[in-house]
Amino acid sequence: MLNGAMRGAFLFLLGAATTVLFRRSQAKRTVWQLDPYKCVQCNRCATECVLKPSAVKCVQVYPMCGYCKLCTGYFEPEPVSLDTGAENQLCPTGAIKRRALEDPYYEYTIDEPRCIGCAKCVKGCVLFGNGSFFLQVRHDRCVNCDECAIAIACPAQAFQRVPADKPYLMKDREHQA
Amino acid sequence: MRAKGSSKLQTPNFRATPDPKPLMEGSRFWKLKLFHCFAGVAAGLALLALPLAAHGVERFPPPEFDPGYKMPATTVPAARAELLSYVDVAVLVAALALASYLALMKRSRDGLLALSVFSLLYFGFYQKGCVCAIGSVQDAALAVFNSGYVVPLTTLAFFLLPLVFAAFFGRTFCAAVCPMGAIQDLALLKPVKTPSWLDSALGVLPFVYLGAGILFAATGSAFIICEYDPFVALFRRSGSYGMIALGAAFLIVGIFIGRPYCRFLCPYGALLGLVSRFAKWNVTLSPMDCLHCQICDTACPYGAIADPMLKDPHPNPHRRTRRLIALAALLPLLVVLGGWFGGRLSVPFSRMHATVSLAEQIAAEDAGKPGEPTDASKAFRQTGRPVEELYAEALRVRGGFAIGSRWFGAFVGLVIGATLISVSAPRKQSVYDPDPADCVSCGRCYIHCPKEIVRVKRIAGKNVIPLTPVRGG
Ligand code: SF4
Ligand code: SF4
Ligand code: SF4
Ligand code: SF4
Ligand code: SF4
Repeated sequence: MLNGAMRGAFLFLLGAATTVLFRRSQAKRTVWQLDPYKCVQCNRCATECVLKPSAVKCVQVYPMCGYCKLCTGYFEPEPVSLDTGAENQLCPTGAIKRRALEDPYYEYTIDEPRCIGCAKCVKGCVLFGNGSFFLQVRHDRCVNCDECAIAIACPAQAFQRVPADKPYLMKDREHQA
Repeated sequence: MRAKGSSKLQTPNFRATPDPKPLMEGSRFWKLKLFHCFAGVAAGLALLALPLAAHGVERFPPPEFDPGYKMPATTVPAARAELLSYVDVAVLVAALALASYLALMKRSRDGLLALSVFSLLYFGFYQKGCVCAIGSVQDAALAVFNSGYVVPLTTLAFFLLPLVFAAFFGRTFCAAVCPMGAIQDLALLKPVKTPSWLDSALGVLPFVYLGAGILFAATGSAFIICEYDPFVALFRRSGSYGMIALGAAFLIVGIFIGRPYCRFLCPYGALLGLVSRFAKWNVTLSPMDCLHCQICDTACPYGAIADPMLKDPHPNPHRRTRRLIALAALLPLLVVLGGWFGGRLSVPFSRMHATVSLAEQIAAEDAGKPGEPTDASKAFRQTGRPVEELYAEALRVRGGFAIGSRWFGAFVGLVIGATLISVSAPRKQSVYDPDPADCVSCGRCYIHCPKEIVRVKRIAGKNVIPLTPVRGG
């Protein structure tokens, strides 16, 4: 019967395809991550992610931070005064917590639920500071799209798939010097 | 979903005072470095004029902390557990099996409806429409053409399983497992019939979309099927306004026209339809004793009931034969023409690839063409990569497109030719029955076919009057 033969042929083809594809799927599971050394802080991470707010957030790597009093990731370029007033802050959502330590040092922490991943602070920190603020796909939020919507839009082609058991591409001091 | 730990810090050894009051005492806790942040910033601003590496440099050495200072750690929430994705596959298999049972053995429209609602909630709203079988075609294509690409096993399962089921049971995946099909099936409130010539003409589109999806995926350019998935914004309840509007438009059209996405766009449905033609079992009505009442034809909102064409539309069989011969001769011509046309389009197509469009932009800038540099070209300049490397890569991608676009064009030609032949070919059927390629196994015809109603009543042990014409009055 023609139908049966065609079905057999199809199943054979599918079997062949499965063998090829299965071999290509042996490797570890992967997730999306962005390379902070490639990122140019274009703001698309905030706008392109399928999630609102974005699964990309700013992170702070404390050992790299200068604990600066005039944090250029925290303050507007010409702040009225160096305090937590909203008009002085770069972050549109007030997601950065500034805590005084010993003068003149301040500790900066991202309040992640408020961060929208706009990279304004990252830009300020990278341009004038140590670059300890940078963006990362946060995997407690990311739904691991088949094709990351930001990856398509990222002008720096900073997105890549990374092994799921090492899902972050962090900056570090050694890399920086 | 809050990030754990990043904002709750343990700092037992120095007092943290709220801003803006600066700390005045306690310098013992800090080995103060001479470096003052303020001065440092001034120096940094002076350096501004120089082009700096995009990722920054260490301008302000971190303070030397008192051993008592507990530096907060950057949290690294783990990726979603692998186990969960296997649960998805298990649910998929169970849903496919149940849908096949309900559509072919139980013949229950109600059961399929209930399963649709479940699938819509689980695969749609809970899983946010991803992973889906429709998009997985692209993963498969990319993996076949790019040995560096790793397909996740679950994605592979989503690609293969519905096809395997279709080879035995027809499009039962579409009946009640696919969340996109389910949402459109539920939206269909006032079905309006589309003329069958329109159905046939628009039926070409899913294959074109399939070919384009494979072309752009295989060249590593984009996953267009995912990008223009009309319902995913709805499932995620977030997305660009454009995508939300597209989803709403499909739903509104879908109130009147049955499953517009499924029938006139879905590339996976095109594959399933092909396979379903050769399925071992399909949705059938009562091939032995069809009454020709045509109620099923009226009931099917998807134009899937094959008209047995009791009246031949081509009264002159000679003319039809001549027509078919002409079309058969036209087919290779269409394929060649399509291939040629595809080749012509390969350059514009290749601009979908980020590397090609970047290389073109860089080349235009270097040639002094007017226009602002784009974010992408600025980012590229910052990396300091040599342009030659970029150009070489872009040329390699173009080479892939030169071949791929021709295949794509030829494929479109083939589909158009085959469609022309199939609408002119005579049908041998003598009863009304679902066309296996178009039928999505929704089960609506079951609850309308009078023979089927009688059969069900008989099984239930109820009294039935045999269906014979009653005369008199
Ligand atoms: S889209 Fe790319 S360049 Fe833009 S902020 Fe995100 S990672 Fe950085
Ligand atoms: S400036 Fe943007 S990226 Fe930085 S913390 Fe605020 S919202 Fe997040
Ligand atoms: S994979 Fe999806 S959810 Fe994750 S960052 Fe990219 S677009 Fe956002
Ligand atoms: S045709 Fe496509 S969208 Fe429609 S139910 Fe089938 S797979 Fe889903
Ligand atoms: S099951 Fe019946 S009503 Fe539903 S699509 Fe198939 S032929 Fe049409």
